[in-house]
Amino acid sequence: MRYLPHSAADRRAMLASIGLSTVDGLFADIPQAVAESFRPLGLSPRSEQEIVAEVTRLSARNTAIGKVCFVGGGIYDHYIPSLVHHVLSRSEFYTAYTPYQPELSQGTLTAMFEFQTLVCELTGMDVANASLYDGGTALAEAALMAERVRSRGKIAVARSLFSNVRRVLDTYCWAGGIEIVELPYRPSGECDLSDLPADVSAVVLQSPNAFGVIEPLDGVKDRIGDALLIVSVHPISLGVLAPPGDFGADVVVGEGQPLGLPMSFGGPLLGLFATRGEYLRQMPGRVSGRTVDADGNVGYTMAAQTREQHIRRERATSNVCTNSALCALAATVYLATVGADGLRRVAELNAGKAHYLADRIAAIDGFERIFSGPFFNEFVVRVPGEADDLHRRLLDAGYLVDSPGSLRPYGLEDALRIAVTEKRTREDLDRFAEALGGSR
Amino acid sequence: MRTIFDHPQRDGGDGLFPELDVPAAGLDRLIDRALLRSDRPRIPNLSEPTVARHYTALSKLNYGVDDGLYPLGSCTMKHNPKVNEDLSRLPGLANVHPLADPGLVQGTLAFLYELSELLGRIAGLPAVCLQPAAGAHGELTGMFLFRRYFEERGEEDRRRILLPDSAHGTNPASAAVAGFDVTEIASNDAGMVDLDALDAELDETVAGIMLTVPNTLGIFEEGILEVAARVHAAGGLCYFDGANLNAFLGRARPGDMGADVFHYNLHKTLSTPHGGGGPGAGPVAVSEPLIDFLPVPRIDREGSTYSLDWNHPRSIGSVHSFYGNVLVGVRAYAYLLQLGDEGLRAVSEDAVLNANYLQERLKRTYPLPYDRLCKHEFVLSGKGLADGISTLDIAKRLIDYGFHPPTIYFPLIVREALMIEPTETEGKEGLDRFAEAMERIAFEAREHPELLHEAPHRAPVRRLDQTRAARDPVLTYPFDERAEGRGA
Repeated sequence: MRYLPHSAADRRAMLASIGLSTVDGLFADIPQAVAESFRPLGLSPRSEQEIVAEVTRLSARNTAIGKVCFVGGGIYDHYIPSLVHHVLSRSEFYTAYTPYQPELSQGTLTAMFEFQTLVCELTGMDVANASLYDGGTALAEAALMAERVRSRGKIAVARSLFSNVRRVLDTYCWAGGIEIVELPYRPSGECDLSDLPADVSAVVLQSPNAFGVIEPLDGVKDRIGDALLIVSVHPISLGVLAPPGDFGADVVVGEGQPLGLPMSFGGPLLGLFATRGEYLRQMPGRVSGRTVDADGNVGYTMAAQTREQHIRRERATSNVCTNSALCALAATVYLATVGADGLRRVAELNAGKAHYLADRIAAIDGFERIFSGPFFNEFVVRVPGEADDLHRRLLDAGYLVDSPGSLRPYGLEDALRIAVTEKRTREDLDRFAEALGGSR
Repeated sequence: MRTIFDHPQRDGGDGLFPELDVPAAGLDRLIDRALLRSDRPRIPNLSEPTVARHYTALSKLNYGVDDGLYPLGSCTMKHNPKVNEDLSRLPGLANVHPLADPGLVQGTLAFLYELSELLGRIAGLPAVCLQPAAGAHGELTGMFLFRRYFEERGEEDRRRILLPDSAHGTNPASAAVAGFDVTEIASNDAGMVDLDALDAELDETVAGIMLTVPNTLGIFEEGILEVAARVHAAGGLCYFDGANLNAFLGRARPGDMGADVFHYNLHKTLSTPHGGGGPGAGPVAVSEPLIDFLPVPRIDREGSTYSLDWNHPRSIGSVHSFYGNVLVGVRAYAYLLQLGDEGLRAVSEDAVLNANYLQERLKRTYPLPYDRLCKHEFVLSGKGLADGISTLDIAKRLIDYGFHPPTIYFPLIVREALMIEPTETEGKEGLDRFAEAMERIAFEAREHPELLHEAPHRAPVRRLDQTRAARDPVLTYPFDERAEGRGA
């Protein structure tokens, strides 16, 4: 097998050096009953060339490719600058592991430190970790952290979270014994805080939310007492939107995929997690910190490790070990490549194009925006007639659109959620609006 | 170390994205000004060559598997087929939206389904969930499944998880996050579960046991069937941690050892490079009684059509935003197809051969607390090599010889542990050079201890002050210091 360097002579010599004559001797400690019940897969080895053909053939069955994407819901079809791929392809980055030996990992550790800084700059927070698995688990970890801080056994959660993220939150909270109180949404699409219970450990909002509506965070912190304010964000929106940190948020989480990661059918993704300095010791996940070496030169190492599972075991703040380091590197390179001005520009493109399309659609007879609240790059429209029919016709016309069922968890029928990124041209938008209009 | 924030800036924002091609009012006409950012995030505006050189320079400060032997125990730092990187980047796989209609993503659903089938057969267990994004996430998913199982049976008092004292740190942490209490079980003199200690804990408060197979000493639990039988007889479940699956690929199946949940680390065993700490993937396989509780959605097949199945009311819910790390799955799938049964068996044979070969040689120089046949890894002790020499010194000196150090100070039951996993992709010559370096270090420890104390000498930085990083954490770029520096 071409990934194994030994010759037959090497193997014989090595076996002899440990006093064995056969390879089977190496496995003499596996109980006989276990060894005897073993069954192979029934797969014959295949060449690299055949595997490339096979997997390429599979990829060609994904006919979603080639359709013009108007789906969002937490994962967006953003443009990825070429440089991101080139940096990620350096094997010094991608074949290394968690920087347990900092002297051999300064590249990874420096990039982690940059990533943490960039996440704090975007979110307006004091500290960020080096990544979690995805936006869903990042939010779940935030809820668990808030419960460690406030211990009230209950959190309040906006109904307008992405339903897939909510499902992850529900699972973690069930196991953690945390009750979830749901906060309804107003006709504007914004979260309704008027019946907020007093005894919650945290209030969880998403902005822009599952309807694309930007939550007004100003004053929220004053209304929720000492409950922690957790906000889930779309990172590119923060190129133009005020960061939750400006409004006193305690934890900001989010799905980092828009920052230079392909959509990947939903994985690997990038969980963003940032918080206030006072909660550092409660924060989950790895962090890189600045220090000095024996000569007094600046270097980086994993810091605040006494929170972590390999030191603290069952008393750790989280069980997270391997996270999304290479995805965090992608986000770091993405942000370094676009810069503050480029990020603002891409955010403006998203907002401008989304508003243009929303206006065009609202002008079509029978269509209307359901929510009046301000939005960034995603919005929900009521459609005339059966949403399922429209969905099918749009697919046939070459558009990738959200499934009508995705808004049913919010009690919305005959509604379509539409996301617009910088990749959609005016021609895409005009034709899409025409396809909607023509389908009445 | 220069960061991205230390480079001279340019006027940015141009060239990457086109001009806005639709008529639009200014942003503050579209979105209420009160919601807009008033400041500018301190993200530098840099030219492409500046960024390219910055990250190329950073990459050169790293050591990866492509640089040489990387014997981090329990991490399986093997060479991964390069072709798998290309396959995971095929646009038809990488650019697919997760909410696309299942009818439009049949290629991805097909391989995910087939991968689950293959993984199930590797484990000898009837069902697999691909959602967990890492090994520890698989452990957590398994613990959630335990919780739901006992909840459904009305046995919610079963809140204790038994763990050998040799367990990975993630095991107790995962059990705790899932709401379990952890009870540690001592290992016996042979480094295996002490059956008497196990019996003493088994009662109606025990939900189950978490075992790493082979364990973190690299030793196969010879009594594993007995352990599983006793836990099951006491009404508990068995979780087997598959971080070390590389040791018995093509030879044994956890399902035949009594596993109720088994997690794979696809990135370790089935060929995804570790990415500096992820992304990985930690799918779980489960036994019959746990199938109903597996996360949703599941991937179903009818004829040659694949679909997402949400209708499992007893499911624990979801543990990932979507379906897990799909592009890690691509690599695992390609690896399994390429290797076939013959290749998988060859992997574990050479992985175990390499570990035993090194163990046999190095035990002449270093204490080997558990001296017996090992599997894919073994644990030496740096204790007693020479006065005042620690395992940390040995590890740092290895860097000077051009090797990544092994895992150190783990497992906790070996003092000054050096946990060495050479993997199957290392040739005899490389192993011999590593052994020579270890032997020379042992000599230096006695004759020139300062060489060890002051190591590394040939790394991008000298030994780093970890205490300072812990005591006085600087976790973001100190912009203010720079501003002050400039003013001075």
